[in-house]
Amino acid sequence: MADDTIPRRQFLKRAGAAGTAVAAVMTPAVMPAAEAQPAPAAGAARAAAAATAAIANEPAPLLALTPTEHAFVVAAVDTLIPADELSPSGSACGVDIFIDRQMASAWAGGAKMYRSGPFHKGKPEQGYQLALTPREYFATGVIATNEYSRKTFGKDFDRLAEADRVATLKAMESGKAEFKNFSSRGFFNQLHTLAVQGFFGDPIYGGNKNAVSWKMLGFPGLPATYAHVVDEYKDKKYVVPPQSIADFS
Amino acid sequence: MATRLKEVDAVMVGMGWTGAIMARELTKAGLTVVGLERGQDRTPGEDFTLPSVRDEMKYSQRLELMMDNSVDTITFRNEPAELALPIRRIGAFLPGEGVGGSGIHWGALHWRNLPTDFRIKSVIKEKYGANAIPDGITIEDWPVSYDELEPHYDRFDKLCGVSGQAGNVKGKIDPAGNVFEGPRANEYPNKPIKSALPSEMLAEACRSLGFHPFPAPVAIASESYTNVEGIALGACEYCGYCNRMACEANAKASANTTLMPLLRPEPKFELRTRAYVTRLNYDKQARKVTGVTYTDLRTGEEYEQPAGMVVLASFVFGNVQQLLLAGIGEPYDRTTGKGTVGKNYAYQFEAGAAAFFENKTWNPFIGNAGSSVVFDDFNGETFDHSGLGFFGGGYIAGGPAAAPPIAGRAVPHGTPEWGSEWKRATVKWYHHFMRFNTQGSVYSHRDNFMDLDPTYKDAFGRPLVRLTYNGTDNDHKMSRFLLTKLEAVIKAMNPTHYDMHPRPKNFTVVPYQSTHNTGGTVMGTDPKNSVVNRYGQAWDASNLFITGASVFPQQHGYNPTGTVGAVTYWTAKAISEQYLKNPGPLVHA
Repeated sequence: MADDTIPRRQFLKRAGAAGTAVAAVMTPAVMPAAEAQPAPAAGAARAAAAATAAIANEPAPLLALTPTEHAFVVAAVDTLIPADELSPSGSACGVDIFIDRQMASAWAGGAKMYRSGPFHKGKPEQGYQLALTPREYFATGVIATNEYSRKTFGKDFDRLAEADRVATLKAMESGKAEFKNFSSRGFFNQLHTLAVQGFFGDPIYGGNKNAVSWKMLGFPGLPATYAHVVDEYKDKKYVVPPQSIADFS
Repeated sequence: MATRLKEVDAVMVGMGWTGAIMARELTKAGLTVVGLERGQDRTPGEDFTLPSVRDEMKYSQRLELMMDNSVDTITFRNEPAELALPIRRIGAFLPGEGVGGSGIHWGALHWRNLPTDFRIKSVIKEKYGANAIPDGITIEDWPVSYDELEPHYDRFDKLCGVSGQAGNVKGKIDPAGNVFEGPRANEYPNKPIKSALPSEMLAEACRSLGFHPFPAPVAIASESYTNVEGIALGACEYCGYCNRMACEANAKASANTTLMPLLRPEPKFELRTRAYVTRLNYDKQARKVTGVTYTDLRTGEEYEQPAGMVVLASFVFGNVQQLLLAGIGEPYDRTTGKGTVGKNYAYQFEAGAAAFFENKTWNPFIGNAGSSVVFDDFNGETFDHSGLGFFGGGYIAGGPAAAPPIAGRAVPHGTPEWGSEWKRATVKWYHHFMRFNTQGSVYSHRDNFMDLDPTYKDAFGRPLVRLTYNGTDNDHKMSRFLLTKLEAVIKAMNPTHYDMHPRPKNFTVVPYQSTHNTGGTVMGTDPKNSVVNRYGQAWDASNLFITGASVFPQQHGYNPTGTVGAVTYWTAKAISEQYLKNPGPLVHA
């Protein structure tokens, strides 16, 4: 199948650097980001780094989330994925941007989803039975969480102290938080799944900035061609600086 | 008004594994064949390429290769008295769509049933007494034997370049393979997938308990391989981007890699994609089908495609829906037990475990399903069921996650699911966890069946298939038994921590469990208990052949695709060698 071999060969050629980087175990690039200290750099390099940082810190434009929703998402993902010795916070890793992009996706619009009525509550065994798309469900969940947060603590979720945010999410996770006409547990599951996807997914989706979670885990990302190392690394970690789909595109 | 097209010799409804195998075999027999596929075309050179194929979010989370539920789904209820509701987004099982069907994203575990599985009803009666089968269980003997299928299993192995270790070649037992398997004419085409540390640990524990471990057989070439059709397959890269995804190395076999390269240039074959078959046209008087009606999704135009023969090669639910809508065969009626179409639905009864080893290290992102080790000591009739209170069984497997990190992580039960404690546990255990699975049988039951939903319709206004299914007492007992055996092996491995994952009481449509659905158009010896005869030929339409797992009388303790391929080759041979010489019923009822 000659038509299949050319793109693959080109890819592997471009991936060659990664293929030979096996020896570079635990380079600074794979250290947890929070521990990585900027090395003293020459002037030009320092300027370049500063420019990169400026770009990275500039607020990304939002495709889907409203300002209220975005504030909620930042507070939520920073609570689910707090900054600590292992990684920066969820929003510092871009997980808020990931969720914004997902909310603008075909998936959130209900693509490939059966949406005809009649609608009945059903049993949990029958799965999701609402007419809402994932985007609509998410918007409803943010409103309901903020209502609960105001009733319980007197302010919106994103204004809460960290301990109260943790308490709110725990109450939602267990289903104990009573939302008006809405399942707090169901919304928590959607939010949690999105946060995990954004944190561990490929950086091309806006989260996992600089492959920070992959460095944290020791996951190599691409090209993921391991036939040559599978025996040698049978009982030890195979760690290389992770690469994203974007690094090969 | 549908536009009537020129008649062809044969039409395939669906171009997954079985449609492609049949199209290949029937064009070789000289027939003109049209392959109708509701989804898109997919070619390795365009769709299975790096780097975009390594996208866990797109394929594993957003299910890029799966069916479109906005067009078609099924409704579901646990019990006949309940109101069935539509599965609005597939979850527990993931049928594919497009050329290659579910055979692109499969995990490629490649099995044969046990010889005794093919006559399971008789074997149980012989071993445990004429009245041993519990009330409500509707299992049947297959109308075809292991020995009859063996050459076709062998042929499918050689199409796919299956990797594994034989345990029984022509009766010679090799303890490195599955000592319980039926005799095979040949070794596997390729040596087993390279093992992983947790799998070797499992194998050692199995041996210490007297069980018989061996490497899991997979339709993934462990080395470069030229298959029986002359197609070069690549060697596995152990990339971990396997299940729910396409293979860029052309190592995991699919119709796209093994058959479509031969069918595309074939002058007697025509592929039509985005062609949605809405009706099987049936002449009840003549007891023959006259062809199919389909909608070209690109234009909205409706076409009638007359054909001398129709092969129904869609997923289980599609095959059943077409028969029920066309009025072919008698719909199953649970209250009377009469009728056959929709009867003997079965699922796969999986349950598992996870174990954590703080002093052992491996890479959870490297490998494929074949990196696992399996023991088959408690499958089908490989063991004595006397006094156990159930029939059936399954294989037990364990190995590395072999998956990228959205899904390929684990923390011990009781760890928080978020926050710093979760992050620390995730990192702590990432290189130290393994997963186990029990691939349990499902013995058909009178209350588990498919019919047409009275309320919900697909995008073409056709009633959806309604699935009524719940786990039976028999299958729950079987699953708990397998988990006790698994737990004994895990304990022998001496993990730092382990968690058993028993099945919930009720079947639920989320989360993912298995795509192995079977039955509804089962094969048998008599029109009273089956829809098709031993050759897959419909009793009520001699020019209609049905392929795929919908012909299974029950689900055995193995992944079904190996048997699906073998039975399809068996059917193709009967058409080529018997039916074409003398079209008509191949078995007289």
